[in-house]
Amino acid sequence: MNVDFTSLARTSGEWLRGAGPEADIVMSSRIRLARNLADFPFISRANPGDRTEIERVLRERIVAIGDLGPLSFVDVNKLVALDRQFLVERQLISREHSEGDGPRGVVIAENEQISLMINEEDHLRIQVIQSGLNLQNAWETINRVDDLVEKQITYAFNEHLGYLTACPTNVGTGMRVSVMLHLPALVITRQIDKLFRSLQKISLAVRGLYGEGSQAMGDFYQISNQITLGRSEADLVKQVGDVIPTIIDYERKAREFLVRESHENLHDRVSRAYGILRTAQTISSEETMHLLSSVRMGVNLGLIHDLEIPTVNKLFIYTQPAHLQKITGGELDTADRNIERARYLRRLLNKEERGGDGVNQN
Amino acid sequence: MKCQRCDKPATFHITELTGGKPQELHLCEQHARAYLTESEQEQPGGQSLAGALAQQLAVGQTAEELARLDQQACPICGITFFEFRKEGRLGCPHDYVCFQKELEPLILNIHGELQHVGKRPQRSPANTDRQTDLIRLRREMKEAITGEDYERASKLRDEIRQIEQSS
Ligand SMILES: [Zn+2]
Ligand SMILES: [Zn+2]
Repeated sequence: MNVDFTSLARTSGEWLRGAGPEADIVMSSRIRLARNLADFPFISRANPGDRTEIERVLRERIVAIGDLGPLSFVDVNKLVALDRQFLVERQLISREHSEGDGPRGVVIAENEQISLMINEEDHLRIQVIQSGLNLQNAWETINRVDDLVEKQITYAFNEHLGYLTACPTNVGTGMRVSVMLHLPALVITRQIDKLFRSLQKISLAVRGLYGEGSQAMGDFYQISNQITLGRSEADLVKQVGDVIPTIIDYERKAREFLVRESHENLHDRVSRAYGILRTAQTISSEETMHLLSSVRMGVNLGLIHDLEIPTVNKLFIYTQPAHLQKITGGELDTADRNIERARYLRRLLNKEERGGDGVNQN
Repeated sequence: MKCQRCDKPATFHITELTGGKPQELHLCEQHARAYLTESEQEQPGGQSLAGALAQQLAVGQTAEELARLDQQACPICGITFFEFRKEGRLGCPHDYVCFQKELEPLILNIHGELQHVGKRPQRSPANTDRQTDLIRLRREMKEAITGEDYERASKLRDEIRQIEQSS
């Protein structure tokens, strides 16, 4: 039940499908639950023996569930850096999990929609990720997975504080509900900061695509709940879900404004971005993300006709360093990666234009 | 200890948990106020973790009181409150019980609530003592091995096996 990275590199996860409600603006919906075994110390005080035991117990019992379809276990501790980075880009493990040390792993289920990280900050982190705005569905799925795991394992739980977690910021439900949004028009019209401030007022957190810095890569922003205690899981799903239509509406209005007030500029921006991506001889990951963002908006606004959203979604992931190296076979330095990235983009985008089989075909 | 931003004695000892890594700050009253006002502006609604710990730790304000509080250790996993403040991560499920008094203001400040209302596991820890015993025994066994007291270690291992098999 080991993961074949070569085949994983050729397929794409469900959440890149570009389907689901509001998929022009909502990239994905994700929920995670933090859980700990009742009879082990938390990770920070667990010695290597404890951690080996925690990994064994969780892996064996999760795999024994049987109701989760085909499962793959990846021993993250044994992976080389490139493979760990690949799993981060694919959003199957967190950056912290990739960069951690000691016994740790991930169980991947059902079309990459479900992953269970073992020995991250907590003993177990269950994640469900789906394409488009699908929070209710994601919640039903993760609740089912959690129920199945709970039958096998005694979790650390307290009548008053709920599920006990290594950090008090996760105690209670242990639940983080996140929606990834593509908001290029709010960035261009400089309204994004205003949006952040109003979201923080209602205690929602905003982060860039991979949670790095404040400048989001490719204009992707992740909105999630900060409070995890004192509200039910359904309430938390609702809290995050309720603001999304407002943000979508806000982004659509900004796009309409750009189309109406500066159509030439917008069309020029989109066309230039597409042109560079199809002709560049060397291109960095950052520039690619930046240009793909304009192209993605251009496709959604009907300014580009010969490209599909799932292709663009996939390019965001496949042009990142680890994916690129997996596809082109072998480790490359930055300069060679930039050349290979440009070659990959030219090949896929020009093929797509001629109506051939683009990246959609796996 | 001196304030990190001036030469006055530091009376506020703040652990900031909201960033990527927990961050320790030692500030005089004036600079602590400035810092807390800043972070509250960043996070309206009083969500600042720094605020919670500062308020709570500022009560005594003397170095001895802080030192005493910091020395409290969990009997199960051995973590001290100082280590929690420094690392921002608890050591075992029992810490929520043994540091209850210290943690409550912090949790209240993060979440605005102290009572869980969500899902409950189908299997609750039936025998809490047994669960914490296991954590404690495993720690004692590790200490015995480190101290090369193998006789004690093997006794502890037998005890652990017995509990594991009976659960
Ligand atoms: Zn000062
Ligand atoms: Zn403890």
